[in-house]
Amino acid sequence: MSEIALEPTLAAEPRSRRGIRALDLAIVTALLLALWQLVGRATGGIAITPPLGTLAYLADLVQTSLFWDHLGATLLAFAIAFAISAVGGLALGLLLGLRRFAGDVAEPILAGFYTVPKVTLYPVVLLVCGLGLSAKVAFGVMHGLVPVTLFTLGAIRTLPPVLVRTARAMRLDGWQTMSRVMVPACLPDIVNGLRISFSLSLLGVLIGEMFSSQRGLGFLLVSGLAQHNVPLTTSVVFVVVVGAVLANTLMLRLGRGTSGRE
Amino acid sequence: MSRSRTVILVRAAVLAGLVALLEVLCRVGIVDPMAVLPPSEMVGAMIDQLRSGELDESMVQTFSTIGLAFGVAVALGTLGGAVVHAVPRLRRAIDPLLASYYAVPTFIFYPLLVALLGLGKLPLVVLGVLSATPAVVISTLAGLDGVPPVLRKVARVQRLGRARTLWLVVLPAALPRLFGGFKLALSYALIGVIAGEFILSGSGLGYSISFAYQSFDSRAMYGAMLFVLLVAVGANTLLYVWEGRLARRRLRT
Amino acid sequence: MTGGVGDIAVMEEPHASLRGVVRRYGGAQPVHALGPVDLDLRRGEFFSVVGPSGCGKSTLLDVLSGLGRPTGGTVSFEGAELGGEVPDGVGVVFQEDASFPWLTVRDNVAFGLRRTGLDGRETARRVEHAIGFMGLGQFAAHYPAQLSGGMRQRVCIARTLVMQPRLILLDEPFGALDQQTRLLMGDELLRLWRETGATVLLITHALDEAAMLSDRVGVMSARPGRFIDLLETGWPRERDSRVVSDPAFGALTSRLWSSLRTESLKTMGRAA
Ligand SMILES: Nc1ncnc2c1ncn2[C@@H]1O[C@H](COP(=O)(O)OP(=O)(O)OP(=O)(O)O)[C@@H](O)[C@H]1O
Ligand SMILES: [Mg+2]
Repeated sequence: MSEIALEPTLAAEPRSRRGIRALDLAIVTALLLALWQLVGRATGGIAITPPLGTLAYLADLVQTSLFWDHLGATLLAFAIAFAISAVGGLALGLLLGLRRFAGDVAEPILAGFYTVPKVTLYPVVLLVCGLGLSAKVAFGVMHGLVPVTLFTLGAIRTLPPVLVRTARAMRLDGWQTMSRVMVPACLPDIVNGLRISFSLSLLGVLIGEMFSSQRGLGFLLVSGLAQHNVPLTTSVVFVVVVGAVLANTLMLRLGRGTSGRE
Repeated sequence: MSRSRTVILVRAAVLAGLVALLEVLCRVGIVDPMAVLPPSEMVGAMIDQLRSGELDESMVQTFSTIGLAFGVAVALGTLGGAVVHAVPRLRRAIDPLLASYYAVPTFIFYPLLVALLGLGKLPLVVLGVLSATPAVVISTLAGLDGVPPVLRKVARVQRLGRARTLWLVVLPAALPRLFGGFKLALSYALIGVIAGEFILSGSGLGYSISFAYQSFDSRAMYGAMLFVLLVAVGANTLLYVWEGRLARRRLRT
Repeated sequence: MTGGVGDIAVMEEPHASLRGVVRRYGGAQPVHALGPVDLDLRRGEFFSVVGPSGCGKSTLLDVLSGLGRPTGGTVSFEGAELGGEVPDGVGVVFQEDASFPWLTVRDNVAFGLRRTGLDGRETARRVEHAIGFMGLGQFAAHYPAQLSGGMRQRVCIARTLVMQPRLILLDEPFGALDQQTRLLMGDELLRLWRETGATVLLITHALDEAAMLSDRVGVMSARPGRFIDLLETGWPRERDSRVVSDPAFGALTSRLWSSLRTESLKTMGRAA
């Protein structure tokens, strides 16, 4: 799926390397924190609060119901958007993968849609859905639907035909072939597509909240900026980054598990 | 008629059908024509806007920002990728960073950038560079990994120096993957810059769309929107075709 | 069949020689891939190496060409010891497809010459000659992807030929070809060898190919590869694939097979 996403690849490494790897990770993290500290210091806190200050502010912030309110709003919109993207994308991908001609017709259209700045369409979404939850969800789906679809479609296309023939030789029916052979065989790619959809749905929801919304982390971010509340913006960014990285790492693990690596 | 021809024709027909459907839905009133302009009027609005020249300034602003961000991302990403490739330890350290990078919506850094750099062109360029560079780094790594070792051996047998090996063997061998990265970089830079303008900025095409939206000028909004989408699709198609040309002779026919 | 010719050759300086060459690969599981090996290549001879799969044949080519440094021992070419670089006058055709997919056949073949400062007309003449010689005349403007595996290998041979190397190393260049084409390509190779007067070292896993083409054949043991047999074929310089009907050919192949059988069984993990 080089059309829409890139995957850093590393060969599997022996166990003895794990220790070194953990050390490297620690060093990189330390460097990032140092950079953060440096930028915070150098700008005198007018743009970014340094790490410790952010944590302190965050500790207070999580005790306010306001924060949980906004976080909840974002999570709700995101959960709905991601669920729709995942289920819809999977179904669409399976359909287009199995119907070769339809797949050939649709794939470039979908890939084209993926590379377009969808943010310009947000006003239309607002005009159609009105302000509120449904607009954010719709915008999240616009971002998240395509990757799962394309990855699923690609996986089915590159499935070795011998697998399907084997299924037929074993006299599996259509549904069994699909659920017992095709989906498991495509699982690593599907998980990968889901991972990308996950981050893009989140992106869609956040952008939606940053533009014309009264709730959610995206709104909190922009309002922090408008009120010159630097610790608030920094904290929100921190929360989003940590959450996104954790979720992504989890899904990467999951993907590796399904592909039988490690 | 060959199959690929049929596919292209059907694809064009599907797209045309969708546009026609929208047109009808708007005209009949199933879709609120106040909310969504019928496609024919969108085109009219776009042509009017381009004629009047009111978008000229925004266009210069936006395209130069995207071009700058893209150029910096390509240079930085290729160079960075080559360096990281040459130092395996560095690569292992950077790898988790690259793997998680696009999981983070780069866009949320934009408010920080604005606070840091002010509301000008600079934060937008930085945002574009931030979104596009890792794609180039990743594809450079993949490209360099993909150079068959035997081709490097040929270079040594032909007694090429380091620079010539790089220029005459490694680069052409890695080019298809590099190109894939450039393509992504362009669309990421474009998305980043226009989204930035849209949310928080005082100029550029993205801004003119959000400004039109906020002042309820739906003709201006749809005109500018259509223009941006057409430009994005056009740029991507151009690269796509170019890439196809590059790739075709390398593929089995 | 041994002796005779060899006695004269000992007096003349070898074209290339290996002395006590050993090659080990490091890493998590170190591999002793080659040696110790001693070998003298006579100027202008056609020498073939046969051996079981994975015994270190490609490794031998690596150290002989200067692409890889031996872990122990010395390698010399035309009297000078190699130092980690490929010396001028050595051409290599690799086991894998090494054609440049972004260049046409003609540009592939001209690749090395373009950088030698040779004038354009002479470059073009040599390139066209090599292309014609390898039977690629109709495909000069094609890209490698449009050619079969065997044709791509011929492109690589032509690319090596135009440089007019004095020592040509070929690593299973016909590995991907069918038997009939192999025989014909063998004839081409003999023609090339006679015409250029170069020393040729051919690595192959086909015993009949080795027996038919070579002046001498070296048989390697299972890993770590060492020479366990060295035989002279005694063919005249003017020869072609028709020697396969010569009674001596049968004797040669069966001798090769009997020395190799034990070694091949070893690589398959069985006792002889
Ligand atoms: N770069 C390397 N690192 C580690 N081990 C290697 C390397 N190259 C080759 N080897 C090992 O060294 C041994 C000899 O390899 P080599 O490629 O020389 O064999 P070969 O005789 O050419 O085999 P084949 O007939 O399959 O081409 C093999 O066991 C191989 O696994
Ligand atoms: Mg080999």
